[in-house]
Amino acid sequence: MNVNILKTDSLPFCKGCGHELISKNTAKALEKMGYNPLDVIMVTDIGCHGIIDRSLNTHTIHGLHGRSVALGAGIAFGNSDPSKKIIVFIGDGGATIGLQHIMEAARLNINMSVIIHNNMLYGMTGGQSSGLTPEGFHTTTSADGNPFDGYDICALSHTAGASYVARISGIGDISDKFIKAFQTQGFSLIEVVEICTSYGVKFNPGRKLNEIIQASGRIPGEWINNRLPFTHHQGRKVNNLFAKTPEISKSFNTGLEKPLSLIMSGSAGEGVQLAATIIVKAAMKSGLHATQKGSYPVTVGVGFSTAEVNLSPKEINFHGINVPDIAVITSAEGLAHSTRRIGLMKSGTLFIDQSLTPPVTGAKMIIRDFRDIGYRTASLFAVMYFIKQSGIIPLEAVFDTIESEGLSSKIPVEKLKSVLEM
Amino acid sequence: MQQQTKERRVLIDGSRLMIEALAQSGADIFIGYPITPANSLYLYGSQRMPIMLAAPDEISTLQWMSGLSAAGHLPVTATSFPGFALMVESINMAYMMELPMIVVLVQRLGPSTGTATNGAQGDLLLLKGMISGGHPIPVLATSSFDDCWNLPAEAVSMAINMRTPVIMLTSKEEVMTHKSFDLNRLPAIEKVPRKFFNKDEAYQPYKPIDLVPDFLPLTQNRHQVRITASTHDQSGILQHSTDEALANTRRLEEKTYHKMKCHLKFEYDRQENAENLVVAYGITAASARDAVAELRHSGKKVSLLVPKTLVPVPPVYDEIIQSYKKVIIAEENMNNQFGSLLYGIRKPANVSYLGSLGKMITPQQIMEEIKA
Repeated sequence: MNVNILKTDSLPFCKGCGHELISKNTAKALEKMGYNPLDVIMVTDIGCHGIIDRSLNTHTIHGLHGRSVALGAGIAFGNSDPSKKIIVFIGDGGATIGLQHIMEAARLNINMSVIIHNNMLYGMTGGQSSGLTPEGFHTTTSADGNPFDGYDICALSHTAGASYVARISGIGDISDKFIKAFQTQGFSLIEVVEICTSYGVKFNPGRKLNEIIQASGRIPGEWINNRLPFTHHQGRKVNNLFAKTPEISKSFNTGLEKPLSLIMSGSAGEGVQLAATIIVKAAMKSGLHATQKGSYPVTVGVGFSTAEVNLSPKEINFHGINVPDIAVITSAEGLAHSTRRIGLMKSGTLFIDQSLTPPVTGAKMIIRDFRDIGYRTASLFAVMYFIKQSGIIPLEAVFDTIESEGLSSKIPVEKLKSVLEM
Repeated sequence: MQQQTKERRVLIDGSRLMIEALAQSGADIFIGYPITPANSLYLYGSQRMPIMLAAPDEISTLQWMSGLSAAGHLPVTATSFPGFALMVESINMAYMMELPMIVVLVQRLGPSTGTATNGAQGDLLLLKGMISGGHPIPVLATSSFDDCWNLPAEAVSMAINMRTPVIMLTSKEEVMTHKSFDLNRLPAIEKVPRKFFNKDEAYQPYKPIDLVPDFLPLTQNRHQVRITASTHDQSGILQHSTDEALANTRRLEEKTYHKMKCHLKFEYDRQENAENLVVAYGITAASARDAVAELRHSGKKVSLLVPKTLVPVPPVYDEIIQSYKKVIIAEENMNNQFGSLLYGIRKPANVSYLGSLGKMITPQQIMEEIKA
């Protein structure tokens, strides 16, 4: 077994680059802690730091720009062995594009460590400013100095809930600071500020790292939250979803001999979908095949609510309803939503509340006060009125469904029986 | 496999069938981000999968799934186009890393946010071209409630045995519509067995064994595992376009084409001496089934082809189509996406397309086309 975290001392970085310091101190910290390299999962981001993979004896996974913290979070979610160490290497550019992932990992306090290689610019792509570039720092794309201040990634991570956050200057032996992060239970993040030897030095001649850090106001330090690390919290589970899908067996007979399509249109909150479910289940109790779909605006609680129901003695494939056989309309919003289809009806029947202006249609029209029983029951009453007239299924099947669905206390059963003259 | 004869009729939606089938096949994690019309899959996933996690966005969803997959799990998510668009780069990553997972894409009317509560079949060509380089990613489309049960098991088998993300294409009309359905007609599903590399020799994460490399999770400590989304050699080390690295990328394409032959799914209801053929996938297959039954009832001879493996498109579809005088390819979009996938701009003379924007194609429309 290899005990060294790094395969080689000769790392593929520019001379003097802080990335080498970070890699070597990461290795030193892990070795001091006694980690077997194969108990370490190194997740690297896009950027110069990411070319470290080949020099590591650990597991390595190298994904997309800025997404390494989320990728590492996924590994942490899937890992149940506490002896594993998940470490993410990311740059200041990756931290900018992937800021949400860092905040989320800190909020959930996921058991992993993130080391931000903050060299204050995008090194691999030519030295552009990042979201962590300090105000006044010169980059390829801010020749007069960055006009905006960078994110305080440590303050953000601490506020989001990380167990341990530290900012350090990338000079000297920083392995003990890494050990502190790696020992943390929960989410730890270390921002190592460094200066890119290719672009940072070139565009900011004469400036020293510690002077830049002081001038930026992003002072080294550590910030701690005493929180428990992430654990999976699962709500109530079922072993089989079908256990929550009650069997509906035939206990009534049907008078329906061919397919029938029905649209029920009313307003949200008026029980249209519930009425459709009751009818569909009652039809199934009567031996029919059925389909049900709802249509409503994305704002579920207001506006129209339309249910489309197909009933048939045979199995139903196509469940769309272009021109319905029956339309049941109980509100103005429902009427507006279904006017086009009612207009296409050349036969069939329209059941419409008397408060509404009847549309032009070839359907036979039944106009009645369906809302009088209460607006929440209007749709159910209207469709039961149709069922009584047509005899497609017995009304008893509908009342039986209301009872078996546990709706007897919510639906005025006696009132319905009375208005339906049962 | 034992099927009971007595009926067990329930009122159920396609979502419930899909999630139960995925769980029984071995998917163990659902990562969710809400989007209409995929929310019922999320709800059922949260109730049924051993682990459910609520992601803060769809990029995180796919990254979390990739990490979970690299740790040896089989994660699932469900989304619709706006969310899927955000996932595309990460699905490319998972494809390159060869990480098994399932993404259910519930189609709704576009472009953009379009109409969230209106079904559609408008995303096929996006799936066809979504991997940079044009490499095929497996796409299976459900065309019935039976498919909502049978295809997830197939998708899990493909994801594991081909080491790949698999896209399950469906639509609002299938996952949100409730139907009376006999559960006892569903065949039993067996959990897809998972085998990890178990040899003493050094592990090469991308060394192909019959085109598919052995898998080993990052969370074991017997062998070093290297995974990368960049062009890489067999050991998982990033390479510029070296011969070995390009051979690896070439293998990804060959793997999909070759292995999909073992997972080819379609329904061919052939009528003797028929000169007409209706081709329809997804939600339009329901209309096609009714249309074909009606046409046959009226004495017209007609066959039906329901493709379920959509990408990579298997040559057998063209072979079947070419054996008919008159072929209608029906799908709920206005640019004949499956037809284009098959024939580009050189549509054969025996084929005509039937499309629709924002409305389901009816059996009557298909019958009129066949009779015309």
